[in-house]
Amino acid sequence: MDPSISIKNLCLSFGSVEVLNDLNLDVKEGEFLVLLGSSGCGKSTLLNCIAGLLDITDGQIFISNKNVTWEEPSDRGIGMVFQSYALYPQMTVAGNLSFGLKNAGVPKAEIEERVARAADVLQIEPLLKRKPGQLSGGQRQRVAIGRALVRDVEVFLFDEPLSNLDAKLRADLRVEIKQLHQRLRNTMIYVTHDQIEAMTLADRIAIMRDGKILQLASSNEIYNRPANKYVAEFIGSPTMNFFEGTIESGTTLKLANDGPSFSLSGYEFIDPAAVNGAAWFGIRPEHIASGTEAEKSPIQLEGEVELVEPLGSDTLARVNTSGSLIWIRMDGQAKVVSGDKVLIGFDPERANLFDKSTEKRL
Amino acid sequence: MSESQTLSPSPGFADSSAGPRGTKPRRVISRRNIFIYGTLMLVALYYLLPLYVMIVTSLKGMPEIRLGNIFAPPVEITFEPWVKAWSEACTGLNCDGLSRGFWNSVRITVPSVVLSILIASVNGYALANWRFKGADFFFTILIFGAFIPYQVMIYPIVIMLREIGLYGSLWGLVLVHSIFGMPILTLLFRNYFTSLPEELFKAARVDGAGFWGIYFRIMVPMSLPIFVVAMILQVTGIWNDFLFGVVYTKPDVYPMTVQLNNIVNSVQGVKEYNVNMAATLLTGLVPLIIYFVSGKLFVRGIAAGAVKG
Repeated sequence: MDPSISIKNLCLSFGSVEVLNDLNLDVKEGEFLVLLGSSGCGKSTLLNCIAGLLDITDGQIFISNKNVTWEEPSDRGIGMVFQSYALYPQMTVAGNLSFGLKNAGVPKAEIEERVARAADVLQIEPLLKRKPGQLSGGQRQRVAIGRALVRDVEVFLFDEPLSNLDAKLRADLRVEIKQLHQRLRNTMIYVTHDQIEAMTLADRIAIMRDGKILQLASSNEIYNRPANKYVAEFIGSPTMNFFEGTIESGTTLKLANDGPSFSLSGYEFIDPAAVNGAAWFGIRPEHIASGTEAEKSPIQLEGEVELVEPLGSDTLARVNTSGSLIWIRMDGQAKVVSGDKVLIGFDPERANLFDKSTEKRL
Repeated sequence: MSESQTLSPSPGFADSSAGPRGTKPRRVISRRNIFIYGTLMLVALYYLLPLYVMIVTSLKGMPEIRLGNIFAPPVEITFEPWVKAWSEACTGLNCDGLSRGFWNSVRITVPSVVLSILIASVNGYALANWRFKGADFFFTILIFGAFIPYQVMIYPIVIMLREIGLYGSLWGLVLVHSIFGMPILTLLFRNYFTSLPEELFKAARVDGAGFWGIYFRIMVPMSLPIFVVAMILQVTGIWNDFLFGVVYTKPDVYPMTVQLNNIVNSVQGVKEYNVNMAATLLTGLVPLIIYFVSGKLFVRGIAAGAVKG
């Protein structure tokens, strides 16, 4: 299948500052792609380039097999939803929805039909005569999505659409966006800095940093097999625990500061031939067992609980093991207080190893 | 704690309901209030006294003024000076009063205000939203224009107007006012449009609106407050202008301010203080009304424009 969006060697600089450098990206038709990264990583900039709202320095952008590099935003076959909703305050909801269609010279009867259909999909019919100032945040964002919907486009672009909403509403609208995608099957590109949104919505996630895509993969792959240490640290809360160590003879890891050595049998190396040397050993808090479970694990460490954060569904504990602090996730019912001595254990099969100097996955 | 409630209260907390509760009361006549209101009244008096003298004098006949009690209210109220100032006072050979200057000023102010606001708002919009090449350079030059003293440019503009055949005409003065209003108004509009959310502009572009479409359909309807501010600035500025009026026009198209000067400073005959006062008040009336009327509109405009994201 041909890609719905194809970005080739995209470069963008503001003066001497390079924001995007030789970026390549293919988005499949009907795919939900999330651009994820901390602020300033270039994810919104990339989205604005795709929309045609920023003039690119070099490269090409194809949407539905058409070279749109020099096209106006309105001619690219995209609809866009903004973080601040960007509803026209002086127009009614119906006016907001039909503004784009009027500009495109769509006949009046068809405008009404399309507005009615979008309003039906998003359940905003009762709001059509109101002004944006009289709507709540969630309603406004729904209208903003509707404005993209009426344009009957192949590609939807979302620029942090839920970041201005409160937590409850955000979760609700997240579900709605996912349902909308399942129903419409349009290509969607969604920019966010919220990893929960990214993990739950995406078919594939592109993790960005300094204008580069570090890893482009499914949520599962990114979570379980992060391509480098940055991705491993960025995804997951609390963040992955890291130990310094040295891999000896390709099979044993000796932890730094005269820590214990243990076998890495079970870990899938990308290239088993070249794995000797200094490395980071990473393990997620939820992959660390404690108490009786830990006794069954191949690797066991002694530690003392320093801090406990009960979350209800589970309990987070910070454990001090021979000088290094690690977070572990325990059952919500676990009775643990700071000062407790615990035995923790984990399996190298669930671990992640990264080269010390390149920080790439081993 | 729960136990102490059943016991008799300890002496330190004899009756908890008697202590301070709710808003702390403030004395109306405190030293602070006396100082603040006293100062305000003094300053108000200082500013209003000349106005009072003007109004009172303009309502007196000449014999009463000659008595010299400038603060005394008129014994016999007469509107004769007002009528004379408006329709009979002489400047040079013309004896049709200030009315001629008034209409001249209207014919100068209205096109100048409309023209300068129209051009400056489009300027500001282009500078704020369409970052064309050299926009910063253009903006710097425009702002620089705001700091050049007018006097420097008087003579070059005289020559320029003469060359294009507008010297001494009403339209020449309109052109001059429009040009001189440009730097500050452009700055005003640019800053306002920059403060509007950029995403609105982006959304309109995705929706297929062009340069003028976005300007008229999105930007202008959101900008009532700044248009009112620009209007206040321009109307009062142009109405009160004396220098350009006297330099670039001829006596039959003199604006009101210039005519007022000619009435008040005429050397022949008796000084008619009451007519002078009435003429001055008449001239100042227009900016005064603008302030009162649009001041209200201004506040309402800000409130209406406040749609938060």
